[in-house]
Amino acid sequence: MTPPLIRPKPRNPIRALRLPTSPPVVRSRAALRLTAAAAEGRFELQHCFKCGTVQYPPRSACGTCLSHRLEWREVSGAGELISDTVLHHSNELYYRERVPLRLGTVRLDAGPSLLVHLHGDCAAAPSRVRVRAHLDKSGQAVLIALPPQDTANMTDDPMLREMTSDPKFHKILVTDGKSPLGQAIAKALVDAGADIVWVGVAEPWKDAPGLAALEKLSQVERVPLDVTDEKSVRDLAGVIGGKVDILINTAELHRAHGVADRGTETARAEMDVNYFGLLRLAHAFGPAMRARGAESAVPASAWVNLLSIYALSALPSHGTFSAAKAAAFALSQNVRADMRGAGIRVVNVFPGPIDDEWNQLVPPPKLSPDALAKAIVAALRDGVEDVYPGDVAQDIWTRFRESQKALERELWDQ
Amino acid sequence: MRSRYDGVVIAAPVTIPYVRYSIRDAHWWLGRALAALVKSAVIKKEQLDGLCVSSFTLFPDTAVGLTQHFGLSPRWLDHIPMGGASGVVALRRAARAVQAGEAEIVACIAGDTNHVDSFRQNLANFSRFARDAVYPFGAGGPNASFALLTSYYMRQYGIEAADFGKLCVAQRDNALTFPHALFRKPLALEDYLSARPIADPLKLFDCVMPCAGAEGFLVMSEQRAHALKLPFVRILGTIERHNAFPDDPIQMRGGWALDRDDLYAQVGSGPADMDFVELYDDYPVINVMQLEDLGFCQKGAGADFVRRNTFTIGGSLPLNTSGGQLSVGQAGAAGGYLGLTEAIRQLTGRTLGAKVENARLGLVSGFGMVNYDRGLCSGAAILGAP
Repeated sequence: MTPPLIRPKPRNPIRALRLPTSPPVVRSRAALRLTAAAAEGRFELQHCFKCGTVQYPPRSACGTCLSHRLEWREVSGAGELISDTVLHHSNELYYRERVPLRLGTVRLDAGPSLLVHLHGDCAAAPSRVRVRAHLDKSGQAVLIALPPQDTANMTDDPMLREMTSDPKFHKILVTDGKSPLGQAIAKALVDAGADIVWVGVAEPWKDAPGLAALEKLSQVERVPLDVTDEKSVRDLAGVIGGKVDILINTAELHRAHGVADRGTETARAEMDVNYFGLLRLAHAFGPAMRARGAESAVPASAWVNLLSIYALSALPSHGTFSAAKAAAFALSQNVRADMRGAGIRVVNVFPGPIDDEWNQLVPPPKLSPDALAKAIVAALRDGVEDVYPGDVAQDIWTRFRESQKALERELWDQ
Repeated sequence: MRSRYDGVVIAAPVTIPYVRYSIRDAHWWLGRALAALVKSAVIKKEQLDGLCVSSFTLFPDTAVGLTQHFGLSPRWLDHIPMGGASGVVALRRAARAVQAGEAEIVACIAGDTNHVDSFRQNLANFSRFARDAVYPFGAGGPNASFALLTSYYMRQYGIEAADFGKLCVAQRDNALTFPHALFRKPLALEDYLSARPIADPLKLFDCVMPCAGAEGFLVMSEQRAHALKLPFVRILGTIERHNAFPDDPIQMRGGWALDRDDLYAQVGSGPADMDFVELYDDYPVINVMQLEDLGFCQKGAGADFVRRNTFTIGGSLPLNTSGGQLSVGQAGAAGGYLGLTEAIRQLTGRTLGAKVENARLGLVSGFGMVNYDRGLCSGAAILGAP
């Protein structure tokens, strides 16, 4: 059984940091489809359109009938562990620091044999397991076999923890503690076992409902933070930047109107929070988090950005907001690329309309702050990097993948 | 029925002594092998009208670049990227070229360098499947793959660590007189069993040591060998197979199991007639797999067979008489030639170390390229003294 994770001791500041290393990152384009599915928490393998063969490793033709029509479809991870080993030696720096580690060969019920990481609670071969695809510290998909049923402390397995960012024992900054969403997230993180949740408060002289109640939680600490103010962001980074393990950027400015309805002032304000706010945070907090990507048992491990499903395709009735979120999305992809070498997962959250004051005229279903907070905690625990929470986000994401152009037209009159 | 290799022989085995690490490149090692071939056959370089090359570390060159590099103008050229099967496959192709009149003297060479960090880099880019589905898991190199199949083999067939150890110890005994072996200190079974773990159940002495080196031989007509006054051996039968048994969930047999009847039928003999065997020995489990698949014993009876034989020169069924890669070292693709050059020396009676007395028939097998979860290329040749 996996021993429960114990609270890590503070790092001895005299000793050198363990520097981040990355597992091998290079993949063929075909294999990147495994990564694409794992990024959303799905385990997909290549299926031959013609003969139905499920194959792995990814190929450019069907190994059975040579058809080039290969589809990636979800597959059950159920299978038989037919052999296992413990690796005591590796030529890669990342793995040298993590041996001994278990590997196994799994014959998937669907057909192919897979080389997998092996969760510590899997019984020796032969035994039943379930295989999942997860992003590793390089941001690419690898396979891990888990025991057939959940076990106590299962998420505390060292290799699984390399692929996930469970908030337990983490020190987390939520950038906007005044919004209902920021407060819901802070509560959910405390419930999930976070050590410290810093909540950013801009314009502290203005009252914010709920903040006082939130502050009663012993793990929650209010910090001054205005993401539109470079000095404010830098000052806060100077105080807590070396301790933040997870940064959750919920700072958002949302005004509900189309691009032709107003001048540029509102659009500029939205860009200042949604786009430049993220940029200021990335400048101020990114370097220290990158440096701590491999520190102790609880390294800096994730950065969450609250985007919008309308970052993918604009909702003209919320035109300037959509544009600011699209800009933030593009920026977030860059932050992800920058964070990659340190193994810090950049999670993009694409909700549909949140049930808040700026979506008053949007018909339901709308996403409650609590539901969104739960989805974000789940994303951290599951190690996914793209989240489309709620029915509207799922609907639009499905339409987007099927036809981006059709969706563009469909959003005109919403 | 395929045609025989009558009138085609192999001669002039050369070995460029191995070193653990080299600052030279593959071209240097292959050039030395070629020079050694020319020297030992007492011919001019220009008489080589066929060239066959195997190397992992020659990038960005192939055999083509080497023709200009070495100033050769061959009319027959081949590049064989088959690792441990390279020797047997080179022999098969060169023999047919000579037989068909495409070339008169084919130089077959294999060699690799080993820089301080080149092994890791080769592993990282070994194959597309390895890059996508093996290397990212920390299983750099074949250790993990062979650990998994060794573990499976032990569970399935009841073979034990001491059985694998016996093979390693016997090969080390054989290596003690072989001047080019990098390991020439006796190995005791206790040392084998107590060595540090690499990938369970594999321990240190189950794994070959990567090194730099080169091997080579010449293929020509028997007439030509006589004219050059070169000792030679005959090619009596050969087989080659790739990706055999693709539906086996994990590798427990290789292509030899598919082709061995064909092999022995070409020669008109059987496993019991072999005076010695040179098996591809990147890990001892592969020795056992070959003994079974080549018909020395039934599938799954490898443990019993190992316990009933000594495998030493002078004992029963001498196996890897130079010490094999486990004792000599694995010089990349040259590892696929090691058994062949040693077999030629044994059958011509011109050994560098101890000699198998009155050896008339020897079997050489090759095994190569762990593309994903198993070795894909298998081959074998039976050679005979003239």
